[in-house]
Amino acid sequence: MLWYIVRRLLYAVPILVGVSLLTFLIFYIAVSPQQLARRNLSAKNPTPQQIHEWLAEHGYDRPMPVQFAHHLEELFLLRFGKSDTQGAEPIWESIRQRWKPSFMLTSMIFVAELITAICFALVVAYFRGTYVDYWGTLLCVLLMSIVYMVYIIAGQYLFGKILKYFPLAGWGRGLEAWKFVLLPMLVGVIVSLGSSVRLYRTFMLDEINQDYVRTARAKGVSERAILFVHVLKNAAIPILTTSVQLIPALFLGNLLLEQFFDIPGLGNFLVDAIESQDFAVVRAMVFLGTLVTIVGYILTDISYALVDPRVRLE
Amino acid sequence: MGSILNNIIPVLIVAIVVMVIARSRRAPLWAEAYRRLGRNPLALLALAVILLYGAVAFLDSIGWQNSRASARSTIIDRIFERPPERTYSVPMATMTTGEPTPHKLIGWHLLGTDGVGDDVLYRTLKGCRTAFIIGGFTSLLVVPIALFFGLVAGYFGKWVDDGVQYTYTTLGSIPDILLIIALVLVLGKGLVNLCIALGITSWIGLCRLIRGETLKHRDREYVRAARALGAGSGRILLRHILPNLIPVVIITTTLGFSGLVLSEAILSYLGIGVPPDMGSWGNMIDAARLELARDPIIWWNLVSASGALFVLVLAFNLLGDALRDAIDPRLRSS
Repeated sequence: MLWYIVRRLLYAVPILVGVSLLTFLIFYIAVSPQQLARRNLSAKNPTPQQIHEWLAEHGYDRPMPVQFAHHLEELFLLRFGKSDTQGAEPIWESIRQRWKPSFMLTSMIFVAELITAICFALVVAYFRGTYVDYWGTLLCVLLMSIVYMVYIIAGQYLFGKILKYFPLAGWGRGLEAWKFVLLPMLVGVIVSLGSSVRLYRTFMLDEINQDYVRTARAKGVSERAILFVHVLKNAAIPILTTSVQLIPALFLGNLLLEQFFDIPGLGNFLVDAIESQDFAVVRAMVFLGTLVTIVGYILTDISYALVDPRVRLE
Repeated sequence: MGSILNNIIPVLIVAIVVMVIARSRRAPLWAEAYRRLGRNPLALLALAVILLYGAVAFLDSIGWQNSRASARSTIIDRIFERPPERTYSVPMATMTTGEPTPHKLIGWHLLGTDGVGDDVLYRTLKGCRTAFIIGGFTSLLVVPIALFFGLVAGYFGKWVDDGVQYTYTTLGSIPDILLIIALVLVLGKGLVNLCIALGITSWIGLCRLIRGETLKHRDREYVRAARALGAGSGRILLRHILPNLIPVVIITTTLGFSGLVLSEAILSYLGIGVPPDMGSWGNMIDAARLELARDPIIWWNLVSASGALFVLVLAFNLLGDALRDAIDPRLRSS
């Protein structure tokens, strides 16, 4: 088992090298540091002297190989350096202050969405071939076709302004945060419910036609027990895979949710960085997002080996 | 000269689409698919909706100048040519809203007017062209790239496969939205750059699918027969395997189209989408967001933009599902 985990971790190394090469290409080659300096120096016509100072201050004046080494160091040791625009504060410090709300929101959405979607998919699969199934699937397509912002605006308007169940926006310290997190969480769950339920339904229907289900039925197991015990266990593997693959999509959700609900998290940090064209921050966030994604994939592979004895460890 | 070219390109695109559809109807395999599609009323409705949007996008692409000095205005611009109103007005109203003393409106507006007095229906229709360009142009970039790498990786295997798989795994491990943000920031904002960024992130899924399909087809009997008859790799790939992958490509592209239109709206909202002077539902939703807090509440901007977006995306989703059922019975959702 340990050997399997180590090997799985080693597989990630070439990917990380690839990502660092790619991001280096995007951030250092595609846009020249001179242009960067010009964009960030607010003076209309910066003197060569000013540009030079800015470059030196942010470490863009060194030769390419040194910059690439620095870039690798950023990625692997998470030394992100200073923001391009906001001068003093190190990026790592901002991330440290802001990761908690983002993490709390994302993990809650992830878990709640998984449970809700599986429940609905079980119901739809139980009534397969009936009108419940037909209209349920159609409803899923309808839900999939609504753009993210509309869910947020509608949720904010309905629950925050009309019904006044939740505060409209904002964040609290520590335990105070719970009442602020509920509405964004609700929205985040509903947004991806349509596509998830539809997908999980097909996974379950794939299993329902398997031989072991027929055997169970022949032995007199009730239809409900077949679905909730036998099928659910076997459908868990593809569900696990796709739900982890959706983690990158959660970043997008965070971006929009944090902006609308005024949550002081990483998504908001990134939106600010986009507005001020802060390349250093965007770079740091790309690294961080990639790392989280890769760790997610590794965790799935390990959990496969734990859940499914057919996955060999060698 | 540029003006003429601007008109020729949309006409050409429509001509090509019509020609491809007309030709494919004659092929026996496709005739069956068309027949199945024709029996599905929901799919026909979806197709009609897409054609309607497409027609608006087409009319918004054909335009000319009135005089040398004036800006080029399209047919849609000309239909809605009216002096702007003073400010907001409720749909189908006769007076403006949100002013201390309401004024009489100059014209009649089905969906009301926005803050600067522009007709909301007009601004909503302007979003069609952008949506089609984003969806169409990006698909045009994505499909050949995904097809090439997917076919080559699946067919040749070995180091070619390793290389392609490594490339898309690496790209795929950067969250889409972050990669798009990075690319747009570096390339600069604009419609073409947005399509490129969306293309770079969205070819991976299709490529993975095509690679898997090619892998399945590679050892089928018909491919072995072709090889035994002395056909080269290129011929086998293009004449024998590729036609069998077209259904997968069509279905995935149709479903992907709706995803691209949604992405455009989200990215425009985040401020890295299309330029503000271009019609865009995302920009409209962005502007409408604060209007809900006004008193009286301004809802028609938001409802029009998100409604137009919803109907188009829904139509593409429904058509994609229907196509899946019609073209490839094996893929049919049970």
